[in-house]
Formats: sequence, structure tokens, C-alpha cells
Amino acid sequence: MSTTTTKDHPHLAADFNRDEPRVNWHDETLWWVRAKRDIAAHKLPEWELLRETASQIKFNVLSNLSTYLEQFEANATKNGIIVHWAADAAEHNQIVHSLLEQRGITKMVKSKSMLTEECHLNDYLKDHGIDVIDSDLGERIVQLANEPPSHIVLPCIHKKKEEIGDIFHEHLGSAKGESDPKILTETARQHLREVFLTRRAALTGVNFAVAETGEFVICTNEGNADMGAHLAEIHIASMGIEKLIPERKHLGVFLRLLTRSATGQPITTYSSHFSKPQDGSEIHIIIVDNGRSIQLGREEFRNSLKCIRCGACMNTCPVYRKSGGHSYHTAVAGPIGSILAPNLDMKKYADLPFASTLCGSCSNVCPVKIDIHDQLYKWRQVIVKEGYSPKAKTMAMKAMALTLASPTLYRMGGKTGRLVFKYAPFAVNNKLNPWYNQREMPKAPDESFGEWYAKRKGAKNS
Amino acid sequence: MSREKILAAVKFNQPAALPLPDMEVLNTLTDVRTDLVSKYKTIATAGGSFVYEVNGFDEIKAIINNEFKPGVKIISALDELSDYIYAETVKHEDGHNFADVELTVLRTKLGVAENGALWLTEKDMGSRVLPFIAQHLAVVIGKDNFVPTMAQAYQVIGAADYGYGAFISGPSKTADIEQSLVIGAHGPRSLSVFILS
Repeated sequence: MSTTTTKDHPHLAADFNRDEPRVNWHDETLWWVRAKRDIAAHKLPEWELLRETASQIKFNVLSNLSTYLEQFEANATKNGIIVHWAADAAEHNQIVHSLLEQRGITKMVKSKSMLTEECHLNDYLKDHGIDVIDSDLGERIVQLANEPPSHIVLPCIHKKKEEIGDIFHEHLGSAKGESDPKILTETARQHLREVFLTRRAALTGVNFAVAETGEFVICTNEGNADMGAHLAEIHIASMGIEKLIPERKHLGVFLRLLTRSATGQPITTYSSHFSKPQDGSEIHIIIVDNGRSIQLGREEFRNSLKCIRCGACMNTCPVYRKSGGHSYHTAVAGPIGSILAPNLDMKKYADLPFASTLCGSCSNVCPVKIDIHDQLYKWRQVIVKEGYSPKAKTMAMKAMALTLASPTLYRMGGKTGRLVFKYAPFAVNNKLNPWYNQREMPKAPDESFGEWYAKRKGAKNS
Repeated sequence: MSREKILAAVKFNQPAALPLPDMEVLNTLTDVRTDLVSKYKTIATAGGSFVYEVNGFDEIKAIINNEFKPGVKIISALDELSDYIYAETVKHEDGHNFADVELTVLRTKLGVAENGALWLTEKDMGSRVLPFIAQHLAVVIGKDNFVPTMAQAYQVIGAADYGYGAFISGPSKTADIEQSLVIGAHGPRSLSVFILS
């Protein structure tokens, strides 16, 4: 690896892989969610048409984004929503803080927003004396565990119920050893109801914002975004610039795709449309760039901005399922996150596009038809060209290129390889060989294809 | 400052304009003659809702009186269910006052068969927080008020002006702990739907 301070994906994944039964359990759980997605998708004969339509709407959005942003701002403002713009994470965090500070608010309840994870908002506010409580159950669990979410839709998918029981016992006073999901959820309900009823400020994410009407939509199953927003005097919504869609009717397409792709549900329990603030309260929306406009200009990676954050690519990804979300050391894990992260910091996230088998399963399930595995492949080329690829890998690739370019070297290498495999297998089957770490080494044949072919040709001719 | 900077960067980096796709075909794909009520019932029940087909408001009252103890706080947005606190009279109250509501009864004119979702706007709710803060929620809908899919639902909604609106498709739920489905996260522990014939 180049000189990064954080551990890279292979090392973090190796840590996760130490507990084999847990890896298998993680793998099976996510595959079960993926299977539910398939059942839901196959129930709709128009599924492929929906995907294609969604993809085309998003292409249109990206090609007219500046117009839609201005249109949304004008309409939202007309509706009484106050619009803010943030060029980067720091500015976003400052805006949130100043809104709270002006009102003397020191406690906030927050609904799910991966954008605020990307901006490290919780840490920022904590440093400024603001107490933030995450209200999505999965997010609350990882928050109490002092961890980031490991999945964008299922934030604590990596945790066992016994571990959650221990966390709740320590922080929320549930009985020691209690691990029944029903009882634990009830404990969280009581705890968070108190939070909803006492917080003056609520922050939420945004699933979709409509340029035509100036409204925005938030999807939850728990109703936590609504409980927070409706009971607070100020509702702050954080939104990436790519969340816009042109018209209200387009919501019909995306709401049909989102949860079917995410969890296999036909729709979330709540799909809430915020258009105007209610009497006596304010709605503020922060439109955040944070590198998105740069990605928009990268023709080969622009498509990644079509993402609606369903998590289908993670659930289907064999690498994600077997290495866990935290191995990706970025807010959005898995295949799509590995395209988005290098845009923000190519050096820091140079490892992520390599954490893929390029099997294409992610692209196949993507509801907006992002060419995810192709983009991961393209990032690898950019990263190597820019000199951020791991040194050892670069050297090995150079050696391979040299060998493949020379028939003599190629034949010699093959012969040596077969001899080593046959007479000194220990020379390759050891921990010094990184290839061996995840794989059984093959048994070498006695002769190469070239030798076999020459012999066969000779026999035929004689 | 950032506004201009962002808009300029977006404008500079966005590709040449691409057209919007045809939406009409999605509006017409589903057969509207199918039995939408039974389809809705199947999906909503699978999503954890209790669905009752009823002939009138007396039946609804009987079910509510059977399910809820006398004296609990019930708020209703329906003229026909006037035994309870009328939502119109409390709609300007602070949302926090509804923390002890046991049941909220609302009415809608739009339900979606494909996903069990019911469309409710702020006007239907009285107060925005009511359908969320109550321990239980009930919604009354006419049997002719269902559309097949979300495509037709947005045709019905059209350009309606609302401050707030929500598709609600069941009781509040979560599956965040080892993917075990638990009904009753932060909002209502149950959703009862009364389909009026």
C-alpha cells in the first residue's frame, strides 16, 4: 500500500475473517436479504422497464442538474423551506452547528443519513458540545457501540443479538443476558420516545427531492424521521446534490424500486413528503456538494451519482458479504462506496476498487443500472496510472507484462513454475505468498499446453 | 458563495442534455379491472396490517369498542365517528400533547394495491404527528379508492398542494436486530384498515 495511515481492505478483511462462523453467518444473512430482493423483483413483470426508466430519469437529472437545483431551490423557498448550500463536509457541519447555536439548542435527534456519516457530523457536533442521538434502531445500536454503520440500509447487520443485549444492558438498563429482539426493540422504543418528546431539533436525510414541487421525501420503516421532525421546532434535512428528481410523478418509479431492491419489501412503511413547514416550526435543507460535482465531470464515473442508496449491490457482493462493511473504511461500504470514495480521496481509498471480483452481480441488481463493476475496473486503471496502487502489485504486474510479451520468457517461466509446484510446493504454499492467503494453490500439470499441443500435432502428422 | 460555486461547477461538469423517458407506458401496464381490494388485502396483511371489510360506521365502532378499553384517548378525523375526540378541534394543539393518544382514526381516498400503501395528507391527519405518535392507527377507505400501482397513485395525487403527505403501508416496524421483524418500533404498534363497501 502507498503511505496511508488507515489499514487497507485486505488487512481489515483479514481481521474480520478470523472468526469463521461469524463470516458464514454474515454471508448467509445478507444472501437471504438478496434472495428476498429477487422474489420481490420477479413479482413485477415491468421490473426491467422500471429499471430502465429510472436509469433514464437519472441520466436526465445529471445532464440538467444545475437547472434542477435552481428550480428546486426556488420552489422550496416558495414553500417556506429555507435552503442552504454547502461546498464540502466542513461547511455542512458548520451550517448545522450554527442553526443550533443561534437557537441555543444543545441536543438533537437524528434520523438516518449516510451523508452526515460521510461528513462525520456526529463527531463534529460532539466536539462543539452538542449531544446527538441517532433514532434509527440500527444506527442507535452502532452509536452506543461507538462504531460507524457497516451497511447503508442495515447499519448493525454485523452484530449478534447477544452483543446488542449487552450494549442495551450497559446503556439502556435492559436485563443482563436479554437478547430477545422484541424485548430489546421495546427497550429502545421507550428510550427513544423520551428523546423525541424532549428534543427541539431534528435532523434527517433526504431520499428524493423534487425540482418541480420543492418537496422532499424520506423513507423509513420505523417512523423515526417523522417522530423527530414533527415534534421539533426545527427540522434540518441534509441532501447531496444528486438526490434530485425532475417531477413528482417520477417518485412513482423510484419508490417502486427502492425497497424492493433493498430488503424485498414492496414499499417502506412510511414514505413521507415534506413540502412546507408546519405551523410554528421551520424546515431547513442543506444542499451538499462534497466532491459530487467533480465526480459529475469524470465521464467514466459520473453514473455512480445515479445511486439511490438501496444497498442491493452490497447484499449481492461476495466480497462485501465475506469481509464486512467496516473493512471498507469509508461511510458507504461495498461496491458503490468503492466507486464514490476514490473520488473524494484517491490515495486514501486506492485499495477499495481492488476489493471486487468484478463478477458483475452488483451491476445486475442495481435498480438504476449503474455499471458498477465496470467502473471499479476503470478505477483500478486510473489508480495504477496515478501511482497509488500497492508497490508489490505494481512490480508483479510489470514482471507479468514482461513475461507475457516474450515467448521465451513465457515458456521458461511456465517450466520453472511447474517444477516448483511439483518438487518444492512449500516454496509457494506459504504465508510469504500473498496469493496463497485466500486460496488453495493448484496442482501443476506435467506438461504445458504448448508441449501437449506440439506432441499431439507431431503424433497426428506421423 | 458556495451556492454560486456549486452551481458553476455542476454546470461546467454536467453532460449534454438527455431527454426524460416516456412515463405513460407505466401508467397503462397494469390491468385496472383486477380485484384491487383483494390484492390490497393480501399485501397489507403480509405487511402486518389488520384489514376489515365493513358495511358501515356502526361496524367500525363495534370493532374499535371491542379492541380498545373504554376511557382511553382516541382521536378521530371522521365526522361519522364523533364519539371520540374530533381531530379538527385539537389540530392547533402542540404535538407533544398527543403523547398519550391510544388510537388515531383517519380517512383517505387513495390506497395502492401493489404495496399496501395509503396516502394521507396533513389535512387528513389534523396534526402531522398524530399518525405517528399514537400507540395504534386506524384508517378508513372506500372500496373504490384503490389504484393498482404507484404510477396511478401519482396520477391521482397530480399537482395537489399539501404541506405534508405520507404513504403509510403498515404498523411501525424494524428488523435491525439480526433481521428479526419486530412490529412497533417508534410509531403505531398496529395499523387497522377499514374498507367501506
